[in-house]
Amino acid sequence: MGITEQEKIAFKAIGNNEKEAIELVYKENYGLIQHFVVYNNGTEDDARDIFQEAMMVLYEKSKQPDFELTCQIKTYLYSVCRRLWLKKLQHARRIEMQIENFDNIVPVEEDLEDHEKLTNQYLIMRTAMGKIGEPCKSLIEAFYVHHKNMQEIAGFFGYTNADNAKNQKYKCLVRLKKLFFAQYKNQ
Amino acid sequence: MDQLQLAENVEKYLSGQLNDAEKKAFEESRQNSAELDQMVVEYQSFIEQIERYGDVRRFKSNLYDTHQTLQEEGIIKEQKINTTAKIINLWSRYRRVAVVAASIAGITALFISGMITLFSPKTPFNDIEELRRKVSSLERQSSNQRNELNNFKSKIEPGASVKFGGTSFMIDAKGYLATSAHVLKGAKKIYVQNHEGEEFLAEIIESDQTADIAILKITDADFKPSKQLPYGFAKTTTDLSESVYTLGYPKDEIVYNEGYLSSKTGLDGDTLSCQLTISANPGNSGGPVLNKNGEVIGILSARQASANGVVFATKSKNIYKLLQTMKESDTSNVVKIHNTSSIKNINRSSQVKKVQEHVYMVKVVLG
Repeated sequence: MGITEQEKIAFKAIGNNEKEAIELVYKENYGLIQHFVVYNNGTEDDARDIFQEAMMVLYEKSKQPDFELTCQIKTYLYSVCRRLWLKKLQHARRIEMQIENFDNIVPVEEDLEDHEKLTNQYLIMRTAMGKIGEPCKSLIEAFYVHHKNMQEIAGFFGYTNADNAKNQKYKCLVRLKKLFFAQYKNQ
Repeated sequence: MDQLQLAENVEKYLSGQLNDAEKKAFEESRQNSAELDQMVVEYQSFIEQIERYGDVRRFKSNLYDTHQTLQEEGIIKEQKINTTAKIINLWSRYRRVAVVAASIAGITALFISGMITLFSPKTPFNDIEELRRKVSSLERQSSNQRNELNNFKSKIEPGASVKFGGTSFMIDAKGYLATSAHVLKGAKKIYVQNHEGEEFLAEIIESDQTADIAILKITDADFKPSKQLPYGFAKTTTDLSESVYTLGYPKDEIVYNEGYLSSKTGLDGDTLSCQLTISANPGNSGGPVLNKNGEVIGILSARQASANGVVFATKSKNIYKLLQTMKESDTSNVVKIHNTSSIKNINRSSQVKKVQEHVYMVKVVLG
């Protein structure tokens, strides 16, 4: 099944973190996934977690420059959710999958391996961020996540000038780097 | 060029803020120095990691919001088909009623049998007396049970005596708690309760009577480990006069108290503990003593009966020691504690708000 221009645009927009696109894809696909999970021994919370993780995979793929979506978003999401849920069921040694109401599946194993790696990196960064403490965390986030300039940051955090803020930011970055790589190399 | 300047240049170079001449010079030195080249590559990938972290977080929060909105608008509906879940729900909803009904039935049966024995003529007098006492004690017990069922919290009368209750706090977010060893004396079963009133079953995995420390582990399946503890554990002692505070459960609600470190040794020069001037009550035992940086410096253990406000706390380095011996004897429980506090630079009330989530009431059921 081919992919329409409209879907291509939506797929791109997911990668750009655009809320309208997220809402659209959510609206069109959530019901199907919820049905699938709930009818296969899952709860609503499971359905939400699995669906959001699949959206995360879609987001990562959209950001990846060499990836091209060759099937419908629905098919892709369903394939990812199916794989994720199967894995979870096996992990919990629960009852085997009972129904298959959607035969259109694409292989997603490799994509999920990438996803696992990226999730791992994200978690390590989150832990490291949690460990550097305040004001380091806010300082780093203001600069690298919210892309504020040094002048604004100095004002907001009460540094007398941008150079002092820069100095502090550098120290924080060194600490973050140490914490991050200490974990990262253990993996 | 010092490290800071170098890092700044790398950053400018990567974000394209250098002008042509500067860029050319930078690229030249990058080509000449493998060290600089590697630094640029490493720096770039690390910054990408941070930025990706921010993006992912934003995406996740967008997903969460979308789910919320769609649910409010009724576009996403809950779907319930799981019948087993329903039965479990019914059971958990009516469990208490069932218990009360069953105990009432039991009591009635006992009453009737008691009455029969009472009025049957041939029974010796002594037996009747005894049975009566039993029935009345059963009656008392059943009213206690009913109280317990009505008031979910009162498994043990809280604050009645230090023996029955105390305080504990997380040392590892996986479910390991520290408390005073004396709180657990004679315990058959131990429950811990968080500030939201949820109770969890726990067991003692290690204790040191001399230092008055015990380590508990929450074994309850309902317990969900939290991510990380806000406070760290100090390895050194705090200075005299340094301000300290504690959180504990002298009553059903969590209570905050503050004071200062008045002596580096405890009662009669005991070096394992230190002396605080703080108001503490029975039930505060086992609570964490924190300094202004939000580092745990000790565990509250006792107060001097003869003097007002004099309280002793076991130093936190004893926790480290106990964990060390634990690690050597048994490798199944790996408890990790850290000495950095993430609440160092925030004000006291925000600190307390974060700390209180990890302070638990200890309820001891005596064996």
